[in-house]
Amino acid sequence: MIAAAAAANATIHVPAIRYLAIMPVIILLGGAVLLLAAQSLVRRPLRLRFATVSTVVISLGAFALAWWQWTDVMDHGPYTTIAHAVVSDGFSVLVTVLVTSAMVLFALVAEGYLAREGIEGSELHVLALVSASGAILMAQANDLVIVFLGLEILSIALYVLTAYNHKRSESGEAGLKYFVLGGFSSAVFVYGIALTYGATGTTNLTQIASFLSRNVLVHDGVLLAGMSLLLVGFAFKVAAVPFHMWTPDVYQGAPSPVTGFMAAVAKAGGFAAFLRVFVSSFGVLRADWRPIVYVLAIVTLLVGAGLAVVQRDIKRMLAYSSINHAGFVLLGLQAASAAGVSAALYYLFAYAFMVIGSFAVVAVIGRSGDMEHDIASYRGLARSQPLFAFAFALLLLAQAGIPFTTGFLTKFQVVVASVDGHSVPLAVVAMGSAALAAFFYLRVTVLMYGPERAAEEVPATATAGGALFAPASELRTRLNAALLLEDVPAAPRVAAAATGRVPVPPLAAVAVGICVLVTVVFGVFPAPLVDFAHKATLLFLP
Amino acid sequence: MVVTFPYLTVLVLVPAGGALAVALMGRVRREVHELVGIGVSLVTLGFAIALTVALHAGDPGYQFVSHHVWAASIGVSWYVGVDGISIFLVLLAAVLFPLALAGARARTDARSFVGWMLLLEAACIGSFVSLDLVLFFLFFELTLVPAYFLISGWGFERRAYAAVKFFVYTFFGSAFLLVGIVVIAFVHQNQTGVLTFALPVLEHTHLSSATGILLFLAFTAAFAVKAPLFPLHTWSPDAYAEAPAGGSIILAAVLAKLGTYGIIRFDLNLFPQASRTLAPLLLTMAVVGVLYGALVACAQSDLKRLVAYSSLAQVGFIALGTFALSTEGLVGGVLLMVNHGLVTAGFFLLIGWIYDRRKSWQVAELGGLQTPAPLLAAAFTVVMLASIGLPGLNGFVSEFLVLAGTFLTHRWWAVAATVGVIGAALYLLWAYQQAFHGRPRPAVAATRDLSWAERVVIAPLIVLIVLLGVYPKPVIDRITPAVDRLVAHVEQVTHVHQPVVATAPGARGSRP
Repeated sequence: MIAAAAAANATIHVPAIRYLAIMPVIILLGGAVLLLAAQSLVRRPLRLRFATVSTVVISLGAFALAWWQWTDVMDHGPYTTIAHAVVSDGFSVLVTVLVTSAMVLFALVAEGYLAREGIEGSELHVLALVSASGAILMAQANDLVIVFLGLEILSIALYVLTAYNHKRSESGEAGLKYFVLGGFSSAVFVYGIALTYGATGTTNLTQIASFLSRNVLVHDGVLLAGMSLLLVGFAFKVAAVPFHMWTPDVYQGAPSPVTGFMAAVAKAGGFAAFLRVFVSSFGVLRADWRPIVYVLAIVTLLVGAGLAVVQRDIKRMLAYSSINHAGFVLLGLQAASAAGVSAALYYLFAYAFMVIGSFAVVAVIGRSGDMEHDIASYRGLARSQPLFAFAFALLLLAQAGIPFTTGFLTKFQVVVASVDGHSVPLAVVAMGSAALAAFFYLRVTVLMYGPERAAEEVPATATAGGALFAPASELRTRLNAALLLEDVPAAPRVAAAATGRVPVPPLAAVAVGICVLVTVVFGVFPAPLVDFAHKATLLFLP
Repeated sequence: MVVTFPYLTVLVLVPAGGALAVALMGRVRREVHELVGIGVSLVTLGFAIALTVALHAGDPGYQFVSHHVWAASIGVSWYVGVDGISIFLVLLAAVLFPLALAGARARTDARSFVGWMLLLEAACIGSFVSLDLVLFFLFFELTLVPAYFLISGWGFERRAYAAVKFFVYTFFGSAFLLVGIVVIAFVHQNQTGVLTFALPVLEHTHLSSATGILLFLAFTAAFAVKAPLFPLHTWSPDAYAEAPAGGSIILAAVLAKLGTYGIIRFDLNLFPQASRTLAPLLLTMAVVGVLYGALVACAQSDLKRLVAYSSLAQVGFIALGTFALSTEGLVGGVLLMVNHGLVTAGFFLLIGWIYDRRKSWQVAELGGLQTPAPLLAAAFTVVMLASIGLPGLNGFVSEFLVLAGTFLTHRWWAVAATVGVIGAALYLLWAYQQAFHGRPRPAVAATRDLSWAERVVIAPLIVLIVLLGVYPKPVIDRITPAVDRLVAHVEQVTHVHQPVVATAPGARGSRP
């Protein structure tokens, strides 16, 4: 619209820009371009260490600027810039911090992975930097068009990242699948923007909110249709059931470090825009969308936890677990309040560290070829690599919500927000699903801390009820054994490869260490991070 | 009251710090880890004893309170304190952990074992002293992690199954507890404008009867699983039987008390009306647990499972005394928690030693153990008789108080539960007969008797069992004021008063 207005005046009106607001995006994108240029100017492929170090430096630069933004927003209040299309508020700064931290961790994990797989080139880093800038833009967008722009920058880079490992056919397959379904969801999303524009006459998020608060639409069909399509588009991006179908395949197929990055950054970007558009702009219509999100959250929680239980592939299991986590974040959205938004933000922040750390372990245990993802590969890990196994167990248990980790505080806060929003049954379902989820995190832990070889057949000992209830208890024992893999024989391939220590690249170990530290330290001393999320408010709430 | 020395914080931090220290210790001989573990738990015991001595016996309120903000923006505080009810549970935990560490040593990897045990001790004591609901929940949940690793790391054949079952059952129960905690805090916030999770403040929340009942059920779900109360007990025989001896001791003697303690501390304080309304339901669960536990225990040929089911029956008695909602019943319930802890710990210690010698818990394979191991048999006899409720040993005092207290307010439940007492005599004596009497087979005849170290470990338990049986007055004198206050709180809210004769021994007429 701005372009149209400018054309009418026949002068090009350059909107005022506060560069601080978009500086992290510029740094990430600019860094990506520089890295690409450096890559094309030298004769041989860039040294991997060079790519890693420059990516870390670029991301840390953006990270540092995010803190500058934070003091600026805290001192002078939030503001919009570039003709109100981009916003700088606590909310966007927190997401920037999250994304840049995730970027650093990703670079650390990717180095060992690329070296092991023998994949050349710094394009992975370039694409990840671009993708990260898209996620930040989504959080900063104050206009549906910018949201879409960010979404596409984030997604298109991710499609390529997913297909990056050309030595694995699954990788390409996953990339294609992600691309087709992602493109489809983008189309739905754009249509949602169009209908919303048709109903309200603007795509600016602030103006949509003020339009809706000043006017009551007699015929609100177009508006509701637009809102629903936006909801579907976002639900695709954050992998809420029933729009989650792509998640397990893509998570499984993508190179493991990319999966962790995707789970942290794509979810954060998607949810950031989801929260801003719905809580801020459509806040007036919350009576319309809260019930839908309520149902969406319940289905997401239960399907995510329920299907995770039956997975044998760790990456698919973590994919379903990420769906379950998305359900928890939806609790914060469903609350449609300041408390809900900050709980959701805190959740995304803490989850990013847990999930990147988890996938860093998965990437290492995947061994050369990135194929060893059967959970039987984790059998006896605690014997051969106690520290590594302990870190993984801790990250998994934190995801289950164990006290004195950030994992507990995430769940606690969304439950608080949900109860505050009078959605007590939803909170109960969520915590119930957490118990179900604990089951599959423990499954991996059991294997890690179990014997290195599958236990030999042991004669059934006396079970509960003794001889009285023998048939029933025998059936139960078998069922439990099946679920717990107590006697699952390892697949032949696994049995051949999964013996002995797995070499752990030092930088990946550093990344896992950082993730564990953040998870535990902020779990025991929660105040800094919780306050950070509480202060990271949206520009406006209706 | 103002206390200069933060006893309770230290009580939690000493074992937690010990766990960290053990984890960070380099590769040293296993004995060093074990000695450090025992040393740390003995220091904890020293503090617990000092605390008990310093406690004002007549003061019904919370003592040694310390209150610090932990996370201001979510309203959670480090708020700890003890009263006459929790002090003895703290003491119980402090007594049993060193004994378990000394008497039931890990077969492998002593460092991790000791580390998890100390962390578990910190979590248990933390739960008993927490006065902030969220803090309690944190510790309550934290107990799961070390307990899980203890079972799955050092347990017997089906340990993976038992550990996961234990974890998921308890976790599922806690899901309701967490939501319940948040809901009551918000109900309170709506009434007063203050968001807090402090128990003494939330006690004064006004709840409609429907809300009260729902919240009561949410809280009780978690506690009944943990206790365990029939029919939510099915994880316990597996967990108790598959856990290593040290784990069984702590699981049955200390962790299970978290459930019954939670009921007394939180259910009765927060939902007096609902507790009274639903008392018949809980009493029925308790009585069925007593009878079912006794019945199934009779059918067990495995000593560990037998004790597991007898534990179910004993926990039934505790719940019976609790929901009798009379002073005598509650005092009996609290006392029984302590006594049951001592007795079960004794059982699992002795059974662990029997296993060390005979590699079996099957009574049929033990036959005639008394001849080669008279001291072991004698210790087992004392523990068993205490469990049966022989006058002069600790079990009798508490069971008598429970039954007497229940009889006054809920007559027929008490009558039915009495049958369980006879059941206990039946299955324990029968098992004892099979395991210890008779002519030993040659393999059994070579069994060693208790070593000096084992005698040192079991002696304090025997002494406490006898002491609490002969002279329980100091304990009852400290429990009664706190229980009196609790019963008065329940009566004030529900406007139903217990018969005058039910006011407990020693405290008669002291209440307005």
